[in-house]
Amino acid sequence: MVAAVAMIAFFAPEDADQGLSQKIFYFHVPIALTAYACFGWGAWKALLHLWKRRPGADLESYVAVHQGVIFGALTLVTGSIWAKISWGVWWAWSSNQLVLFLVLFLFYAAYFMLRFSVEPGPRRANLSAVYALFGVALIPVSFLAIRLANDFIHPTVFTSHGPQMSGRMFATFCVSWAAMLLLVGTLYHVELAGKRLDSRLRELRELLA
Amino acid sequence: MSYLSDVAALARKDLRLELRARDTLPAMLLFVISTLVVFHFTLPQGGSRLAAFGLLWVALVFTALLGLTRAFAAEREGEVLDGLVLAPSDRSAIWLGKAIAMLVFLVAAEAVALPAFALFFDPGIDGRTLLGVALADLGICTVGTLLAGMAAASRARELLLPLLFLPLAIPIVIGGVGTSVAGGGRYVELLVLYDAIFAIICWASFEYVVTE
Amino acid sequence: MIRARAVEKRYGDERVLRGIDLDVERGGFAVVTGANGSGKTTLLRLVVGLAQPTAGELEVGVPRGRLGFLAHEPLVYRELTALENLDLYGRLYRVPERRERIGMLLERFRLWEARRQRVGSFSRGMLQRLALCRAFLHEPDLYVLDEPFTALDAEGAELLDRELAERRERGTFLVATHAPARFESLATAQMALVR
Repeated sequence: MVAAVAMIAFFAPEDADQGLSQKIFYFHVPIALTAYACFGWGAWKALLHLWKRRPGADLESYVAVHQGVIFGALTLVTGSIWAKISWGVWWAWSSNQLVLFLVLFLFYAAYFMLRFSVEPGPRRANLSAVYALFGVALIPVSFLAIRLANDFIHPTVFTSHGPQMSGRMFATFCVSWAAMLLLVGTLYHVELAGKRLDSRLRELRELLA
Repeated sequence: MSYLSDVAALARKDLRLELRARDTLPAMLLFVISTLVVFHFTLPQGGSRLAAFGLLWVALVFTALLGLTRAFAAEREGEVLDGLVLAPSDRSAIWLGKAIAMLVFLVAAEAVALPAFALFFDPGIDGRTLLGVALADLGICTVGTLLAGMAAASRARELLLPLLFLPLAIPIVIGGVGTSVAGGGRYVELLVLYDAIFAIICWASFEYVVTE
Repeated sequence: MIRARAVEKRYGDERVLRGIDLDVERGGFAVVTGANGSGKTTLLRLVVGLAQPTAGELEVGVPRGRLGFLAHEPLVYRELTALENLDLYGRLYRVPERRERIGMLLERFRLWEARRQRVGSFSRGMLQRLALCRAFLHEPDLYVLDEPFTALDAEGAELLDRELAERRERGTFLVATHAPARFESLATAQMALVR
């Protein structure tokens, strides 16, 4: 993580026309990709729960989606800052990525609503898993839809990513992404361990009672 | 073959319930007309034809949502769903039967809504729009029925369904509006793709929505 | 027919059943007793497959379609008639000679006159009779009955007595009740659930 920040700060060349502001790219895009990875991982665990009935898969799926939503919210924030810097507006409907993340954010917020409104138990695990699977189908379909929607909402399509990445930029980008994945992996394990500890404590308390 | 006869029996039961109790379709009809009237006043004078189509899609999606919140009302009363789940038929037949019944209600509501829309806004409805509506209906009913089953299992029930449904309905709305204002082609393909993908997911996963 | 070992069921933090062992032979008649809230209904829901045990093993030796489940609720649509409800279930269970079978059952449970009435207008007792018709319609191999005598009047109870005695020859039974005296002559095994 530190290495990534250092690289972003000192190693990566400044973009010719976006200057310093371009550096947020090294946060924004890896965060977005990491969020996708989380949603995908959550759906994979959901599938394992439904298909193989693997115990604990429900909790893992939930934690992955939870991390995904945190990173999704970060994507929205960094994306919004980027939009402000490069286009002068806080929100750009023409940015497909940003809109997609808004849709996904709403979708996964509903996932939490669903989870909190069903009694804990196998039924909740099933419902959450099915909804998480809907999520991975929604990502590509929405992406396609939002790209199409730009045609009738904004006839001129932005080409936001400008020039090709140079070698040094790409290296920085990769390190940054690896750092993000490392970060989310750690968070995932920490949260999972916490949740497991919680349930074990509850069992112990029940045994004592 | 017996799968289809199960689906038919279940769908017919829902239509019969509606004929008997009449609690869904009249509400949908009244709602869609009221919505269109309200929209007339929200649309500024000389508002564009395109904007009118946008409003039509809002009206259709919310009307469908209104019907879907009632989808499992009859089953919830007296926990009939347990009885259906225990029957030897494949559980997805419950979903398919219900989705077909919802489709009938939605098409019936649109049979009134579209002429009313044409009358109020004079937008020039063409075959493309009708195709878009038909394809969107399929997606709305398949996905909506499954989500209604989910919502019925939760404490929040009616409140939860719009939250679950609307993010999933965004591609449908885009495809629908696109076919009416920007012309068929890729939008029709998008709707077909959506219908196919989500129909398969719903068909495969409904069992888990109604069992432990 | 039914074999349970150390079955446990919890809903969230609440443990409803714990350490349940149960064996019911083919042709047996097991009665489960216990106070309100002792988990009788939950045990029955586990056996029919409407719920899954949280721990332990549970085997039930019949496919879903050969189970006859009488639940706490009658599991019928209030806005349909008795005939329409049974017809729907008859189709789903692929009952042969559906109409005849339904007519016979309705006749036997003295519901024939009310067959075209909306079920919503039925009394509690009539609902229970209809629920019994629904559970017996497909001649199941395993009967899982939750308080079958609830809400029945003297005539209804007598009808059910006769029906149980007759079906006892052909099927296996698991019955939950808080009043086991009624099943004394039929039962082969009894099990008491404690909270």
